[in-house]
Amino acid sequence: MALRPAESVGGFLTREQIERNFADLHPPLGCAQAEIEAERCLYCYDAPCIVACPTSIDIPTFIRQIRTQNLQGSAETILDSNILGGTCGRACPTEVLCEGACVLNARGEEPVKIGALQRHAVETLMAEANGHPFTRAPSTGKRFAVVGAGPAGLAFAHRAALLGHLVTIYEAKPKPGGLNEYGLAAYKMAEDFAQKEVEFVLGVGGISIEYGVALGHDMSLEQLRADHDAVFLGLGLGGVRRLGVPGEELRGVVDAIAFIEAVRQAADKSTLPVGREVVVIGGGNTAIDAAVQAKRLGARNVTLAYRRGEAQMGATEWERDLARLNGVAIRLWAAPVAVEGDGRVERVVFETTELVDGKLRGTGEMVAIPADMVLKAIGQVLIPPGIEALAFNGDKLAVDADYQTSLPGVFAGGDCIATGEDLTVQAVEDGKRAAHAVDRLIMKRG
Amino acid sequence: MADLRCRIGGVDSINPFWLASAPPSDKKYNVERAFAAGWGGAVWKTLGEDPPVVNASSRYGVHKDGAGRIVGINNIELISDRPLDVNLREIEELRREWPDRVIIGSIMAPIDEQAWKDLAIKLANAGCQGIELNLGCPHGMCERGMGSAIGQAPDLVEKTTRWVREAVDIPVFTKLTPNITDIVVPAEAAMRGGAHAVSLINTVNSIISVDLERMVPTPTVDGLGTHGGYCGSAVKPIALNMVQAILRDPETRSLEISAIGGISTWRDAAEFIALGASGVQVCTAAMLMGFRIVGDMIDGLEGFMDSQGYQTIEDFRGKALRNTVDWNDLNLNFDLKARIDHDACIECGRCFIACEDTSHQAIRIDAKPGGGRKFTVIDDECVGCNLCQHVCPVAGCIEMVEVRDDRPKVTWPNHPKNPLRVA
Repeated sequence: MALRPAESVGGFLTREQIERNFADLHPPLGCAQAEIEAERCLYCYDAPCIVACPTSIDIPTFIRQIRTQNLQGSAETILDSNILGGTCGRACPTEVLCEGACVLNARGEEPVKIGALQRHAVETLMAEANGHPFTRAPSTGKRFAVVGAGPAGLAFAHRAALLGHLVTIYEAKPKPGGLNEYGLAAYKMAEDFAQKEVEFVLGVGGISIEYGVALGHDMSLEQLRADHDAVFLGLGLGGVRRLGVPGEELRGVVDAIAFIEAVRQAADKSTLPVGREVVVIGGGNTAIDAAVQAKRLGARNVTLAYRRGEAQMGATEWERDLARLNGVAIRLWAAPVAVEGDGRVERVVFETTELVDGKLRGTGEMVAIPADMVLKAIGQVLIPPGIEALAFNGDKLAVDADYQTSLPGVFAGGDCIATGEDLTVQAVEDGKRAAHAVDRLIMKRG
Repeated sequence: MADLRCRIGGVDSINPFWLASAPPSDKKYNVERAFAAGWGGAVWKTLGEDPPVVNASSRYGVHKDGAGRIVGINNIELISDRPLDVNLREIEELRREWPDRVIIGSIMAPIDEQAWKDLAIKLANAGCQGIELNLGCPHGMCERGMGSAIGQAPDLVEKTTRWVREAVDIPVFTKLTPNITDIVVPAEAAMRGGAHAVSLINTVNSIISVDLERMVPTPTVDGLGTHGGYCGSAVKPIALNMVQAILRDPETRSLEISAIGGISTWRDAAEFIALGASGVQVCTAAMLMGFRIVGDMIDGLEGFMDSQGYQTIEDFRGKALRNTVDWNDLNLNFDLKARIDHDACIECGRCFIACEDTSHQAIRIDAKPGGGRKFTVIDDECVGCNLCQHVCPVAGCIEMVEVRDDRPKVTWPNHPKNPLRVA
């Protein structure tokens, strides 16, 4: 999905300014800082933070291991539950997961910085290059296909490889990592972390990746089934929801996810196209990532418009604060009705909205916001190429308790199924559980 | 307003806070800064016969708590390594310049009567208000027959104390080593020798840590380590116990005590005084934070005394000693039960796991209707041990409540289950 450049083509900031703006949002903790922070952990029994983590990382244990300077053990505790613990430490919305459940909140204190501590442990291990911390079980001779080298596919592949199976991942894009590589804000994944992490995951052995092969284009589900003992679909949401308003086709109207991808992939961000007056439409974390990055690329005004109130926004409070801190104006109760301009976007017209008896309706009042770039972030959807034969549950793939789709031998996890939030951490859990389920079924284990 | 003036072993002091004989009282420069900060007195760094000793490098190792704060220091420094004359001159100067402060001379010598007497006389002549016998250093000097080598032999404690008593007419403090089986034995010896007071405790013999990379104890001197003297807040409980042991013993209860051992705050000082100490000496806390801590010690002790209506140190000195008894005097019919305040509870589960794994399985977890966990004490299982209260991270969340009943006090000697019951 190529980014259609607006006519204002960036260059608002110097390369040095851009580098500063896209450096690590929260620099990693040093060893001394990490030990002091680790000391704050109360080492709860059956801790609420573990329950709040979709991958059930034994958080009190890994934090205690940091405190005892057993960093290798700490990282292994994390990675045993969540092989992408590095990305999750950086990018998880911890304020609504582990840190939100930290009992220190109840004592009126800041929660333990679990995400930062997790990142410290995992990245220390990755930097030490002691090799991969886990050893594969003896080979089973079974071969699995994975479609998609995103978090779900990688987590499945890693766990399946650990259990002794051979895995081939088929990836449509030229690089692995999925949204970790293409869909998260650059300052959350600084220093090419997604690629380093994939390399680390592959260090377990038994996993190969083929790039540039897309399901439904270059291969079929039937073929994959025929060539492998099992197939795991870790598909992303390839479709972007349309606004469905006049003017959506004007130049300068861009999918936020494509914009974020362009920011992530740009060799030199100072030349990236960005508007002077940017309007982001949507209320989720993708909208925030797009808005903040537009601002950091040098946009003069960035307005994030959402058709409902703050309480209904998908973006967490932490993300909303980040946007406001970066000078993004958040405009609530505004639904887009038209994008206007002469060939190229010049303004977005919104109708103000209100809730009446629990239903959202327009008030009739119109507001026009000047824009030379519009970023659409109102959600992504699973698109069918290659999976037409599978049963759906709503707009996601239907799976049973073993993550098996309606087609025997075909399993699925991550954003393409409806287990929980569309988060990296949930995708990892899906992939990990699915691998255990497939192993159990294929190997006929109890 | 509370009056902190006190009399320790016959020496008057403007407050009970003295620097202990240690690196902080090594020379005039330091002691002057201490006096300026408000310390009531200083026991000079121990002096021996010339030629002075030679000290090693490095000298200190530390023991830290989980948060990285130092709770104990171990040192392998010996006594003063400066010539005796230099020290005497500085003491004379300070005596003149700080007339309202106490300077106690600390001395150490081998088992040689004349050596002890000469040192004591020289220090008395320099203006010291008292002499403290260092019979405690557990490292280095003891290998030369001094320090704890004397302090661990009661007859030598008595003998050296007597020698010094005979030599000078100022108060004599005998400083005791804790590296013995029963502190009362050397205290009795000091008393027989005529000590006006005993100072305790000296440092506890220790290896503070082992460097696992170099496989050598710390502090490390050119690749080798040795045992040293342990001090700091970690040793306070040992010192408190020894103070009460001496003051509860019928033979030694009339001894005055200059208490030493991990005193870092006014509260620590007040605890020692409550157990009967006449004054306190501080070293480690000053080494870690500087002499300025005495400001809060003075202020805090005054505030405590004012809040309790104590006008002088004597008003509360020894007040906790009368409530300190042998185990056999404890009432075994006294019964406590833990109570968990569910509104204050943050649901960490620390009380549960402590009780479940290591105590009496007296805490139950129930799921709360709206999510979360509720921790409740099972009274029938609770023995009132306090462990849950100690591990609870929320102040006041767990309370120990007395079960009031009309059972009379019963102690072990007259307990029905005691086969050797006396009545």
